[in-house]
Parts: sequence; structure tokens; C-alpha cells
Amino acid sequence: MALASEAPKESFRLSMLIYDTRYRSMTIQVVVLILVLLFVGWLADNTIQNLAAKDKDINFGFLWNRAGYDIEQQLIPYTNDSTHGRAAIIGLLNTLVVAFFGCVFATIIGVFVGVLRLSNNWLVSRLMTVYVEAFRNVPLLLWIILVFVVMSETRPQPRDFRVTDEMIASGTEPAAKMWFWDSVAVTNRGTDLPAPVLDRGLGSIDIGSVPVNLSVLLTLAVIVASVLANRALLRRARAIQEETGERPVTWWKSLAILFLPTIALLMALGFHLDYPVFKGFNFQGGISVMHSFTALVIALSLYTGAFIAEIVRAGIMAISRGQSEAAFALGLRPGRTMSLIILPQALRVIIPPLISQYLNLTKNTSLGIAVSYLDLRGTLGGITLNQTGRELECMLLMMLTYLIISLIISSLMNVFNSSVKLKER
Amino acid sequence: MKKSVFLGTLAATTMIAGVAAAGTLDDVKARGELICGSNTGLTGFGAPDANGNWVGFDVALCRAVAAAVLGDQNKVKFVPTTGETRFTALASGEVDILVRNSTWTYSRDNDLKLDFVAVNYYDGQGFMVKKDLGVSSAKELDGATVCIQTGTTTELNLADFFKFNNISYTPVTVQDDSEAQRQYLAGACDAYTTDASGLAAARATMADSENHVILPEIISKEPLGPVVRHGDNQWGDIVRWTFFSLLIAEEKGITKANIEEVAASTTDPEVRRMLGLEGNMGAMLGLDAGAFKNAISANGNYGEIFEANIGSATPIGLARGLNALWTQGGLQYAPPFR
Ligand SMILES: N[C@@H](CCC(=O)N[C@@H](CS)C(=O)NCC(=O)O)C(=O)O
Repeated sequence: MALASEAPKESFRLSMLIYDTRYRSMTIQVVVLILVLLFVGWLADNTIQNLAAKDKDINFGFLWNRAGYDIEQQLIPYTNDSTHGRAAIIGLLNTLVVAFFGCVFATIIGVFVGVLRLSNNWLVSRLMTVYVEAFRNVPLLLWIILVFVVMSETRPQPRDFRVTDEMIASGTEPAAKMWFWDSVAVTNRGTDLPAPVLDRGLGSIDIGSVPVNLSVLLTLAVIVASVLANRALLRRARAIQEETGERPVTWWKSLAILFLPTIALLMALGFHLDYPVFKGFNFQGGISVMHSFTALVIALSLYTGAFIAEIVRAGIMAISRGQSEAAFALGLRPGRTMSLIILPQALRVIIPPLISQYLNLTKNTSLGIAVSYLDLRGTLGGITLNQTGRELECMLLMMLTYLIISLIISSLMNVFNSSVKLKER
Repeated sequence: MKKSVFLGTLAATTMIAGVAAAGTLDDVKARGELICGSNTGLTGFGAPDANGNWVGFDVALCRAVAAAVLGDQNKVKFVPTTGETRFTALASGEVDILVRNSTWTYSRDNDLKLDFVAVNYYDGQGFMVKKDLGVSSAKELDGATVCIQTGTTTELNLADFFKFNNISYTPVTVQDDSEAQRQYLAGACDAYTTDASGLAAARATMADSENHVILPEIISKEPLGPVVRHGDNQWGDIVRWTFFSLLIAEEKGITKANIEEVAASTTDPEVRRMLGLEGNMGAMLGLDAGAFKNAISANGNYGEIFEANIGSATPIGLARGLNALWTQGGLQYAPPFR
């Protein structure tokens, strides 16, 4: 022992960098690092030289110039007089809103289908298999276009909803009718829904040129306060129950606390619904949701839902059968076994691959251009790029933005992951 | 298609040394083939026919350039580009020349670093609606949904027009002509707006073309012409003078049918110079003496190309209008060939 550790003390020689296993891996890493840096430097240098040869530079000044084009769906105010930078933000918000709804629906679909695929009911589990295989194995772009084309080709045009005086006089029905007591119209362009409006709203304040609606803020605050108050009520009830063994009746108090303040506030603000009505060429008033948005959300959630279903199924199968047998032995029904015993444990297996599905979905929103949805790819990476000729700048900005969104999503999910991790005591 | 152009941009700007440098002529000669950026398919202007051969008004100009440079109008490869991808394709060197209903504007000339070398079609932006919509003027389109191609001048003009007239609209931004037509025909938009020539071409291919009207308003100037990269003046001159030779041929009554006869008998010094019978005009541009003769023989003079592809005898049925020769009250005018 003592002899073996007593290696002959050699002085350091250069050849040891290659022949000595203690240094070799370090040498290789340093060499590779230098090569990578050189390559990156060469790319950057070449880019600058090539741009110079074309008389171009790298300049982000165009972001402050007038955009000049219009965007259909805008979550914050925008006109064609706004800047290219603002157009990019409109596009980013459109990307995020599709990604958000897509992730929510994909998760719901995925969990249901994943669980049902393991069902003992032959028909149900086979149907779910068909769904998963159909969506996983056909390119997403085709699904998006299919959903969009079906919606825009099968629904009637807005003017088919028109009711003229002659029609009323002669008693003829319009070619198409609105649904839900004349409140919802699904045309071949979009879905027109009633919009909530306030007669005596509180107005809005601008924070960094983004208007923030005070009425909405106040309503949210009231809702949060009601929920907190309700929690306090339930806590009290529990305390009383533990003390006296008798639980006071709380349901009507809960209902009152949860809903009355909000309803009172909305009445005070003059809340009512603004119904869409057909005027001129389109429905006016109400909220109009374009089919490009709907088609994108539907296709993305069905497609990603199929992948999530497989992840959920794998997560459930990873939990040993002993767990469910033990739960059955305790007398738990299958539904409760699933939701109380299996799923919480399966989550630990499910979440890491789920993160990559969320990232995929977010990046896949950039296919929206195929159905005329102006997201970040359509505004910054499409019209702005084309009208300004700043290809490199736009591409770099866009890649950076998608990178940042993805990093945010994955760090949020990692936080969630560590909170459901097996806690060792 | 889309992705490849983008990756192409990045790759071209990062990896290839000096693509934009002069020498397109040498490249084309070495390759033995001209690469021409065309439409994805706009009947009459640039579209493959039933046998897969590209034909059209813009295509014919590419063929004339190929005939002038390579002596054979069939040595052209056509690359379909959309409104959005076309300038990137040109700037990155993917195509040698772009002839695709592209409007000459200040910022394209200067900001995009491109050169518009001629105007082969003087156009303006119009609107097409279905007849049963009962609209007779673009100003009545308040609140309408309008289909518009992304990456075009027409997109910007549209915004300006509605703003100027203080009326509103809903844009549906589509990627190419065929998708715009699909949405328009499906009634997803009330109106389709693009260059009036493009509207005429689109209407000609519709099964029920008599049910569609092009509104009288022309809301912009759209001088359409061939585009080359900025900085290669020789190449730009070749394209420009190939086009002019087609105009001069029409002016002098030289046609595809009679060109050999004219060449054998003419005494007109300008014609003799242009056809390479006298002096060495071709050599000044690095071309053969017979270059412009080849260009004219390919598909005939400007008037012949116009009438064969988009003229009044075709389903598209465009009148010469502004595109008549200056001698007939139009704007098409070529500087003297000397
Ligand atoms: N002249 C306009 C519009 C050009 C344009 O996109 N034209 C349409 C119709 S005239 C077209 O060529 N579409 C065929 C296609 O998408 O390939 C511009 O240069 O921006």
C-alpha cells in the first residue's frame, strides 16, 4: 500500500499533456474550446465582412421606425403608425397567448387520454390509441391547415346571417343563425362572442405605453380578497369543529363571500354584455376570435396532447402495481386510487418530458403563418424582415426571443418539478 | 421552402465569402444556366404550364436574358419565390435575377440594396370583390375584411388608403397568391387587393370569373420590373439593355418571325448595331455580338410577349394602356441604342 502510493516524483514535462492520463482530458478540452471559439470568431468575422461587401451593417435602428402595416389580432393597442418594435411585441404577445392556451388544453387532453388509454374498457382504450397514433404520426402543419380549412370552408359567410326588413316582412329565415339566444356567431372568418363591458368603468392608466384597465384590476383584487376571506371562514369552521366536534354550516356563507362582493362591484360599474350584431360586412361589437387563432390552438393542443398522453401513460405504468393493489386493499375506488395514489407519484416521471412538450408547442406556434396568424414569426420575422430587409437582425432577435421564452418556461417547470419531487424525511 | 430560404440567408451571410461581389455574368456563364426568381405561380406572368415549362410575361424576360447571355432561352432554372422570400433569395445569391411583379420603391432600392433596372409593367393596386357584394367603389369597403399578401408594397398601400379615407378594415395576411385566392373565394375575405394586373390574372383562372369585379380605384403606382443585386453594374446593364432591345424591336417592327429577314436586309444603323451586324455593342457588356438578336428571337419583341401572355386575346385580357410604346401614347420608352 505504502509503496504503491509512493509514485516516483517526476518533474512536469510538456509531453505529459498528451501521454499522461491526468492531463490528457484537460488538454483535449482546452484544444476543443479554442477550436470552437475560433470557429465562432470566424463566423462572426465572415458575417461582418459579407455584410460589408453588400454595403449592409448590423443595425437595430429600424425597430423605432414606423411599421406601416396592420395586424388583425392585437392584445395591446397598435396601429400602422406604431413602430416595428411594437409590432414585434404584438407578435410576441400573439405567440404567447396561443402557447398558453395550447399548453393548458394539451395538458388536459393529454392527462385524460393517457389515463383512458390504460382503461380496462376495450373500446375506450382502443379509441384513445387511434387518436394518439393519428396525431403523433401526421405532421403538425397539416393538422393546422386542415382544422383551419374545415372551419373556413364549412361555416357560412357573415352576410348569410343578415336579416333585412323584407325578410322579416315575408317571414323568410336568414341562411344562417346565431347560437345561444343570438349571442354567438361562428362565421367562416371567426367566432363572435359577447363582450363584457362596463358603463361606468374606471378608465385605464398607461404603464410604459401599455394601457392597464383599472376596472379589471379592481375586480381581480375583489375576487382575491373574497377567496382569502372564504379561506379564513373555513379555517374558523375547522377550528370550531376540532374544539366542539360540530362543524358550523358554512356553504351559504361561502357562496355569499365568494360571489356577492364581485357581483355588487360589477353592478356598480355598470356591467353588461355587448352582443355582436351584423353590420355592413362583418359582425360589429362583441369579441371576435379569428379562426386562425382557434385553428392553431385546436391543432397544437390535439397534436401535443397526443404526445403528452404517451408521457402520462408511461408515468403511470412506471408506478409499481403494488401501489394500486395496496390502495384497492384499503378500499379506495379506482378513480380515487388514480387521483390520490398513482398520479401524484407519476408526476415525478411525467414532468421532465412534459417540459420539452411545452417547449415544442411554444416553438411550433411559429407555424401560424400558414393560416395567416401574425405571431412573432409573422411580424418581426415576416413582414418587418421583409419590409426593412434586415434579415440578420430580425432572425437574431427572433432566435433570442424564442430562446428566452423557452428558458423561462423550463425554469418555471423545474421549480414545479422540485416541488413535487420525492421529499425525503 | 420557407426555412430553407432563412437558413440560406444565415448560411450565406455567415459562411460564403463575398457572394455579393461583382461577377454574376461570369457565374452564369460558368454555370451554363441562368437562375431566375419567379412567382410561385401567377398565370400570365410566371407559372409552369401543363408540361412543367415555365411561361409568362415575366418569365419571357428571363428567357430573353438567358438567350442574350448563353445563347439559349431554355438554359434557365426558375425558382418560385413568395412575396416574402423573394428579396432574401436575390440578396443571398440564390437567384441571379428576380422578375416577379416586384414594385420599384425607394426603400427597396436603397435599404434592401437592390437595383431595379427597368420597368416591364406599369401597374397600380386595385381591389377585387364578388359582384353580389354590391360594392362599386373601394371607398365603400368600410369594415370589410381584406385579403392581402405579406411582404408586399400592397400591404402598406392598403393601410395608407384606409387611413387616408378614414375607414376601417380587417386585414387577413396571407403568404401567397393561391392562398389569397382560396380565402377570397371561400368568402373568408370580402375583397382581395394586389396589383391590378395580378387581380386580372387571378380572375382569369377563377371558374366563375364573370362573378367578380375589379373596382375602379387604383390606389397606388406599382412600377414592376426586374431586380438584380446592388453593386454589379455590368449585370444590371445586361438585364436593362436586354429589356430595352425588346422595346426597340417593337418600335422598329422586328418580330420573332421576321428577325432573320430584317437582319439580312436592314439598312437602319440602330437596328444593325442592335442585331450585332455593325460595331461591337455586345462586347461592351461582355456578350456576343448577336446577344440582343438572340434575346429578340427567343419570344419576340415586347409587344409580342405582352399579347401572347397577358394581352387582350388571352383570358387575362389586359389592354396595353400605360404599357404601350411611347409612340402610341404609353410610357414604354427605350433610350437609343448607340
Ligand atoms: N407589386 C407588389 C406585389 C407583388 C405580388 O406579390 N404580386 C402578387 C400578385 S400580383 C403575386 O405575384 N403573387 C403570386 C405569388 O404569390 O407567387 C410588390 O412588389 O410588393
